Formats: sequence, structure tokens, C-alpha cells
Amino acid sequence: MEAQTLYEKLWSSHVVHEEADGTALIYIDRHLVHEVTSPQAFEGLKLAGRKPWRVSSIVATADHNTPTDHWERGIEDPVSRQQVETLDANIREVGALAYFPFKDSRQGIVHVIGPENGVTLPGMTVVCGDSHTSTHGAFACLAHGIGTSEVEHVMATQCLLQKKSKTMLVKVDGKLGRGVYAKDIALAVIGRIGTAGGTGYAIEFGGSAIRALTMEGRMTLCNMAIEAGARAGLVGVDDITIDYLRDKPFAPKGEVWNKAADYWRTLKSDEGARFDRIIELDASAILPQVTWGTSPEMVETVAGRVPDPAEISDPVKREGVERALKYMGLAPNTPISEIPVDQVFIGSCTNSRIEDLREAAAVAKGRKKASSVKRVLVVPGSGLVKRQAESEGLDKVFMEAGFEWREPGCSMCLAMNADRLEPGEHCASTSNRNFEGRQGAGGRTHLVSPAMAAAAAVAGRFVDVRELS
Amino acid sequence: MKPFTTLDALAMPLDRANVDTDAIIPKQFLKSIKRSGFGPNLFDEWRYLDRGEPGQDCSDRPKNPDFVLNRARYQGAQILLTRDNFGCGSSREHAPWALEDYGFRALIGTSFADIFFNNCFKNGVLPIVLPAAQVDELFRQCEATDGYRLVVDLAAQTVTRPDGTAIKFDVDPFRKECLLNGWDDIGLTLRHAEKIRAFEEKRRAEHPYYFA
Repeated sequence: MEAQTLYEKLWSSHVVHEEADGTALIYIDRHLVHEVTSPQAFEGLKLAGRKPWRVSSIVATADHNTPTDHWERGIEDPVSRQQVETLDANIREVGALAYFPFKDSRQGIVHVIGPENGVTLPGMTVVCGDSHTSTHGAFACLAHGIGTSEVEHVMATQCLLQKKSKTMLVKVDGKLGRGVYAKDIALAVIGRIGTAGGTGYAIEFGGSAIRALTMEGRMTLCNMAIEAGARAGLVGVDDITIDYLRDKPFAPKGEVWNKAADYWRTLKSDEGARFDRIIELDASAILPQVTWGTSPEMVETVAGRVPDPAEISDPVKREGVERALKYMGLAPNTPISEIPVDQVFIGSCTNSRIEDLREAAAVAKGRKKASSVKRVLVVPGSGLVKRQAESEGLDKVFMEAGFEWREPGCSMCLAMNADRLEPGEHCASTSNRNFEGRQGAGGRTHLVSPAMAAAAAVAGRFVDVRELS
Repeated sequence: MKPFTTLDALAMPLDRANVDTDAIIPKQFLKSIKRSGFGPNLFDEWRYLDRGEPGQDCSDRPKNPDFVLNRARYQGAQILLTRDNFGCGSSREHAPWALEDYGFRALIGTSFADIFFNNCFKNGVLPIVLPAAQVDELFRQCEATDGYRLVVDLAAQTVTRPDGTAIKFDVDPFRKECLLNGWDDIGLTLRHAEKIRAFEEKRRAEHPYYFA
């Protein structure tokens, strides 16, 4: 048989029906649901008198609107509260394999709770009305974000209408340097291919540097695939994948586990499989990254400077850079290390897992937040992450450094709850998007790794985390 | 879904690349549990000078006179000219909902983000991809000509300019058919219910752990 890519294996094992033009119906194994993109889908289903096709595929949580402090007060914003209560009511009526509502001990960001509960398993198709569903591709799942009409379509039919993507291999070989993490790989890749570089592709990450990453690191990388324009990111299964999933609450047990694991080990690209595009990076050459603009591709190393539009010949690109610098309040050629930081956000579906918190805590330990920094929020990705971090004493490390230790949720990644930037504030953020207004109207986001965020909190500006440790 | 057949409408140029879905419809409006009513908040942070909140009456909010959408000559525009990677970022369908609710039925640009592109077709909005040189020319002509109108004919797959010259565009045959007829995807898919059930049973037998 011809050598196949992982994407082709996942695709062909889910095609239910194919139209003449290649549009296919693919079967969906897991449907993750949150409060923001589901109410209209549940309503549409009800109005059409339709029932969900397979309730046991649904796993739901409330994460975008939930507050990260004073849970005893509930959700104070009535519009946010209504959205969360609507999800409660819809799940009560329709059912689900599992629901982790607001205040539940296992509640958290949908892309954190899926893997940690073992509801994300290799070989699955996973969808969610959320673009960062690409995260689950770290487990060799064909996972992508969908719109609300598609949420309704999946509920009603257990299928998604899709055209096969092209395949891209991002091959990262070599060893990452000290102080350089999966987040830096992701930003370096986006800096190289641009935010539309992956449009139309499923990106598989391979090479020795990827094999050396933990599942947390692989999730960070696949999470950011969408910021490169790719709906799906993928990493093949190996021992690290299998070991992570063993004993997770919803993972198979006993004989079934053995059978499953045997199959999962086949979920990687075959030797000699052909990709439509291959990008190669040398891990040892990647340095800590900091975004300076309003698109994740506007990125530099911490040792670099923001660009000078006068040196850009393409007029659309030049105007884009000029507009970004104006929005960010930065002069051309400013050294990255001279950008002051007003707030720091450590969290989001990109970087809120236990390993991310350990990396941030290692930098914060024995240090203090700079007095010029107004606030440092540490928002664990889930209740399970929070308790694990507390059992390791990370919460104390953060609080002793003057950081705030919060309840889980999406928080200031997109500022749908009360956590947000004020106009003009610069934020070192471990999240995924530095778009205008993303963390609050007029807010200025700089994307970095958790270690770099903690370093910025301590220094009050961007510093190379390697100089601190 | 509203069918899309032909559209003879005023065009508006939005001359910036990488317009993300946070810009198209900011997050605070995503708290709505409805599908409609997003038009007044389309491009909210560029369009108004104050901070927008859900449920507000937008008619007396201070408008940004520099933003193209607020110029008198583009009032009533239903065709949006865009640059590279329009609709990047979040999967929020609120973005095409807001565009459609405002009145845009067709978007013409060099490239669109995947999820956004898909979402448009589910809402009777036609995203048209053209080569950069043609998009550049449309921008130039649109900016230079008051009342610049284009005619989009989906069946013929053409965009016709005021001088009568037509530009051909590509569209997936399946999506085209659905849009022309305003078909409901779910209804179409459920015609294959037997096949879905058979697939599911086979999968359940082979991989029971996905169905636990």
C-alpha cells in the first residue's frame, strides 16, 4: 500500500459519503460544546424538531464567560450569566457524556478538559465551535473548529461536510535551547509562513524536537496551528501520547486499552509519505519569541527590534505594519526589550496546563512582580490543573511573587468575562491572539511563552528569560 | 438559508489585510444567544469612537468619520472588497451573521480564512476569491468611482464591472448548488442517514472505546 500521511489515515477512516466534487461527509466521534457558540445551534435543532444524533459524543463545559474570582458571587454580568444558564438548560434537556458546568471541580477550558479527562483519544475526529479545537490534534485526532451552523449540523447528523485539506509537514529537528519552549516554536513557525501560510492545509508537526515535547508542549503547538491559518494541527502517536492517556477517567481500561493502544500506535505518517508542502526548522536556532504587532505573524526574537515600515516595499504590508505600530503605540526600531509591560496574563487554551504553570513558577520563584506592573493574572486551565498546581505549591510561589492565583477559565485571552486590559495597556500574554482589542478595547497584547511572561512580570519589560535563570 | 443567485449592488473597499473576526464582531457581542441583530456592531471598534456594549442603541453613538463604512458614498453597500486572509482568527459565526445582518451578501478578496469561508456559505454570503491583480484593480476603480456597482452572478460565476467586462471566479460545485437553492445542509445530509448509521455501527464494532 502507498505510504500515507497521518492526515490521510484519519480522513479515510471517517468518510461516510463523498460528492462528485470531493465534498465529503465525515463522521464525528467527539463533539465538545461550550456556552458561546452553542445556544443558536440548540435552538435551531429544537425549532426544526430534530434530536441530537448521538448524545454520548457530547462533552460540554462553560469557560468563556465564567469569572476567575469570587465564584461565591456567581456570574455578575447578566448577559454572560444568561449564556451560561442557557448551556445548563440545553444540556439538562439534551444530555451529554459529561458536563462540567461553572463551579464544577473539573470545569475548565474546553481544550484543557478534553485531553485531561481522556475524552480526546487518538484516531478520533473532534470538533467544537471554537477555532482552537486544533489543540486536540496533538493526540493524532483530526480536530478542528467549526461554526455554529456546523455545530447544529454535527448534533443533528453526527457528520460534517468537509473537503480534504492539503498536507503540510513542519519538521523541527535538533534540541531546543534552554528557556525556549513549544510556544516559541509555534511563533517562529507563524513568523516564517505567516498567518495565512497554513490556509487550506492540515499541518503535521514532526522531527526530533517535536518527539521530545511533552503532550502539553504538543498541545500548545497544535493549538497555534490555527494562527498559521491551518484548521488542524497534528502530531503522530508515540509512547508519550500513550503514557499521557493511561488511566485518564474516560480512557479505555484493561483489555480494551491494550487493543486501543495497538491501533493508536499506527496513527503516524508512514515512512516516505508525501506532503504537499514541507517546512524545516532547526530547533537549536529558535530563540524566545515576542510579538510586537496585531497579528501573530508580527513576531521577533526578544533580542530583536520592531520593524521600520520605511524599509518595507510592498504597500499593503507597509500600511499593515504602520497601522499595527500606531495601535501598539510603538516607534519603528524600538528594541523589544524596551517595551514596558502593564499587565501579564498566564493562561488560555494555549498555555494553562500544569507544565506551563511549572515553567512560569520556576521563573517567579523567589522573585517579585515589578512595581510598575499593575497586575499579573495566573489562570489555570481547569479545576484539575488548579489542584495539581496547588499540590505542588505553585500557587504559593505565584502569590509570594505578587501574582494573582485565579479560578479556571478562558479569562483574559479574549476578555469575555471581567478580566481585561484598559486602553493602551501592554500585556505579556501566554494566549494565542494579539488582534486589536482582543484582550479589551484598546489593549496591546504581546504573545510569549509562560516563562517569558513570568520574566516580563518580574522585570516590568520584556527580557530574555535565559538571563534570569 | 437565503438563496444567492445574482446581486447588483454598491461595492465598498476595506483596504487592510488580515482582518480578523475579533475586528468584524468584538467579543462582548458574542454573549447574545440569538443569530440576528449583529449588524449595528459590525466592525464596532473601527466604526464607533466609544466602547460598544451589548444591547445598546447604536444610532446615537459617535461614529469614526475616517472609517470607510461611515462614508456617505458607501451607504447601502452589499459587496465588500477585502484583502488577504480576511476572517482569520476565531470560528465565531457571529462574523458572517454580522456582515449579513448589515447587508453584505458578497465578499471579494484574494484569500479568506478557512473556517470563516465555510461559515459564509452557511449564511447565504458568497466569498469570492480572485487573483491579486484583479482585486487591486477593483479596489482602484471602486475608490475612484462614486456609486461603483458590481453584478455578481453565481450561476454564471462572474463579477461584472460597470464597463460591462466580466471576471470569472471559481466556486465548489456542491457549495454553489446549495447557495443557489438556499438548501439546508442538515436536510441534505439526512438523506444519507442510512449510510451514516451503517458507518457508525461498523465503527462501534471496530473501535468500541470511541463510543463509551
